[in-house]
Amino acid sequence: MRRSLLLSVVALTTLPSLVFAQAVAITNARIETAGPSGSIASGTLVMNNGRIVAVGPNVTVPTGARVIDARGGVVTPGLVLATSSLAISEIEQVPSTREDGAGNKIGAAFDPTAGINPDAPTIALARLNGATRAFLTPVAGRSGGGAHAHDDSAFDTAGGHTENDPTLFAGQSVGITLAAGASDLVFKTNAGMVLEFGESAAQAAGGSRGAALILLKRVLADVRHYAANRAAYDRGDGRELMLGALDLEALVPVVNGRAPLLVRVSSASDIRQVLRLARDERLNVILEGAEEGWRVAREIAAAQVPVIVDSQAALPANFQSLGTTLQNAAILHRAGVSISIMGSRDYNNLRQSRMNAGTAVSYGLPYQAALQAITLNPAKIWGVDRDIGSLEVGKAADVVIWTGEPMEGQSYPSAVFINGVSQPMTSRSTELAARYKPSSDGVPRPAYRN
Amino acid sequence: MDTGGLDLRAQFRFFMATALGGLMLVACASTSTATPTVPPTTPPAKAKAPPKVIPKGLNSTGLPDSFPSTYAPMPSVMTAIVGATILTAAGDEIQNGTILFDGGKIVAVGANVVVPEGAKRIDGRGKFVTPGIIDIHSHLGVYPSPGVQANSDGNEATDPNTAEVWAEHSIWPQDPGFNRAREGGVTSLLILPGSANLFGGRSITLKNVPSTTQQGMKFPDAPYGLKMACGENPKRVYGSRSRSPATRMGNIAVARRAWVDAAEYNRKWKDYRAKLTAGDDAGDAPKRDLKLETLAGVLNGEILVQNHCYRADEMANMIDMAREFGYRITTFHHSSEAYKLAPRLRQEDICSATWADWQGFKMESLDGIAENAGILQAHGACTIIHSDDATMIQHLNQEAAIAMGAAARAGIPVARTDAIKWITANPARAMGIGARTGSLEVGKMADIVMWDRDPFSSFARTDIVFIDGAITYNRADPATHARSDFDLGRPAPPPEPRP
Repeated sequence: MRRSLLLSVVALTTLPSLVFAQAVAITNARIETAGPSGSIASGTLVMNNGRIVAVGPNVTVPTGARVIDARGGVVTPGLVLATSSLAISEIEQVPSTREDGAGNKIGAAFDPTAGINPDAPTIALARLNGATRAFLTPVAGRSGGGAHAHDDSAFDTAGGHTENDPTLFAGQSVGITLAAGASDLVFKTNAGMVLEFGESAAQAAGGSRGAALILLKRVLADVRHYAANRAAYDRGDGRELMLGALDLEALVPVVNGRAPLLVRVSSASDIRQVLRLARDERLNVILEGAEEGWRVAREIAAAQVPVIVDSQAALPANFQSLGTTLQNAAILHRAGVSISIMGSRDYNNLRQSRMNAGTAVSYGLPYQAALQAITLNPAKIWGVDRDIGSLEVGKAADVVIWTGEPMEGQSYPSAVFINGVSQPMTSRSTELAARYKPSSDGVPRPAYRN
Repeated sequence: MDTGGLDLRAQFRFFMATALGGLMLVACASTSTATPTVPPTTPPAKAKAPPKVIPKGLNSTGLPDSFPSTYAPMPSVMTAIVGATILTAAGDEIQNGTILFDGGKIVAVGANVVVPEGAKRIDGRGKFVTPGIIDIHSHLGVYPSPGVQANSDGNEATDPNTAEVWAEHSIWPQDPGFNRAREGGVTSLLILPGSANLFGGRSITLKNVPSTTQQGMKFPDAPYGLKMACGENPKRVYGSRSRSPATRMGNIAVARRAWVDAAEYNRKWKDYRAKLTAGDDAGDAPKRDLKLETLAGVLNGEILVQNHCYRADEMANMIDMAREFGYRITTFHHSSEAYKLAPRLRQEDICSATWADWQGFKMESLDGIAENAGILQAHGACTIIHSDDATMIQHLNQEAAIAMGAAARAGIPVARTDAIKWITANPARAMGIGARTGSLEVGKMADIVMWDRDPFSSFARTDIVFIDGAITYNRADPATHARSDFDLGRPAPPPEPRP
């Protein structure tokens, strides 16, 4: 990646009242580090003061450490959700719980931070599926839902252009921790910018990709011009610009190559357009979706552009993704592309990222690459891999103990640590289940009780 | 035009059919009047006019086969899969087992099956064999890929009661999703209308084979289903148009009115037929009404109710409404809160078809939990994992695995001998085809999947998918990797490298 990691600003969430517990040692585990140490068939991991302090097959447990016997379970880094609406979209069809887009009033300047709901029950659900961090990436024009969002109301999906046509830029990405009880979940601000290319951009530009591309280039030129002539604009001088000052300001880090530009794009020809644009404009891009990425894998690899794929995409869902294959992740990886694997945007299928990693493996992606695609690589593309994404000494102690192979649906975490803090293993769902599952004595319980 | 000739032939068939029908009715009438127990005091019977023949298309019966199946199994040979782990969905797991099938039917299953001379032997060592996967909730073909408005044919959202529409008339057999689902092991599926309406129309059961017509996929002699819907969708769709139903109480009121009409319609036809049978003057036949005919089919137990309903309290209301009018609900679909009503659902013998953990996308799915299937299973209620999604249908085995994991976490572990029924035998039963497919038992259709490992693994792939004993997908044989007409001339994925 061309992006300089030195410029990444990583701010760990700090909790005023947080007191790190004693050292914790997880023993008797298969440790999948997702880092240079690879897979450790049986080993020990020690964390202290929120950091990983030791990991390996022959680690001595420090005296006084709390010891957790994993009983042959699997230890992985916490999963990093590469692109999601977690905590900014709670109930898809209840608009008052949706904060994942800015509508069509504001574009690039949109920052979803203010809409994050730290109390959203979906956070605990994701955490109970092994996720410890998530990158929130807004959607343009609140198209919402994302890949495979369940929609049994397809009767209102007629196309056509409306006043709700999307903006070109969806807004800024932020990284959050899923730690329980944190008052401020954001650990990475202004992580990048989101652009929807293809059908959505064409709609934003009035109907065609050609128009969208012209608009995009003009906007980028405007941003550069604005950045070089701020004083003039402060005085009220300067040539006319396509976007307002807020949007232009938000795009300055993108044209400077400091912030990545996540581009949602599907078809091979659109991907080529994006790669060309990135080269011409010296942009640091990430591709999301890239359903036809396998057709241009070498070009993507040559451009050193990372890709976030939905490795379940196997249908010609629309006319920009007619050539889909479950081999997409494997082919991209073989060509040398850094891949991350996503679930769907909202909670409903966030668990899909680990299942999707398993599916990608069954279609040829090496296991270690699949593991990194849901841990280290998402951290890399958002510039936080010095701190999270793998089990390495010195990194934040985001650690999950699984009952079995983490990509298997039948496995689940028995313990989750974020920054070394043991997380509660309950959620709204587990409370509901406890209320309604058959009682051990066979005596029915009233529905409403504590 | 040669359609003129067709018309003439059709008219001839029509004539023959009506003439024969008339003869049969006359025959019945003469039988009943020939009874020797007529008392002598009875006035001499009036000479009766022969009953009027009901013109073709006007006879309201619950099961008119107006669009008959033309499905024919593909060619097959006597085959034995030898040495596999077999999950029959009808009992225990068979280690090192053999399944033998011939002529499209299962001939033998067990650990000590003798493979006859001449049978094709498939090495099943290290493999798993299950019944073909069955999805009881799919919109393939009616909401096909690509998802463009021109092909969006799943909801006749013009009236809260469109019981007269049939999903089969919306099916686009070239939907590439059928092929992807088959690669995921799906051999039969129920295609439903959407849930915009209280009565969405008739569902149709398909064999998942490539075909140019829906008739070519139509599962022979499967009962029809009626899609019903509770809750948010109907009230939102019609409430937003300022018409009823706009509330949940409106949903029930409109539905009850429809059942009243259906009961009345049913009575008229029954009276009419009773008079014909008795040889009385029945007069003109009641006018056939396609909407009421479907509802009457439910009242007569010929059409199965497939009821979209998320919340437990609404399911209870639907159960009471069914009792009021004397019909049965076969399955609640989505049933996110079925776990709250599990003992009742077991008692009522109603199946619940749900996802593992899709939840929270709307208010009525807010309490959906991954433990749903496990709790239902623990209560002994009929449990089904469905997809309602063109992607998930390719991975129903994984979906079941998620529910198994959640159940284990809740302390109510589910054995895979039970979990396999969630995606095979139980949906087959709830679709009314359970006596013929859905489990690996002698005499049943040889709808079989051979997997490369435990099917509940994320890493599992289907090796071979048999439908009625014929190989319809073989991972190792590209010739069986069906592509729809739509896929031709499009980018085709490269062959997979050999492992």
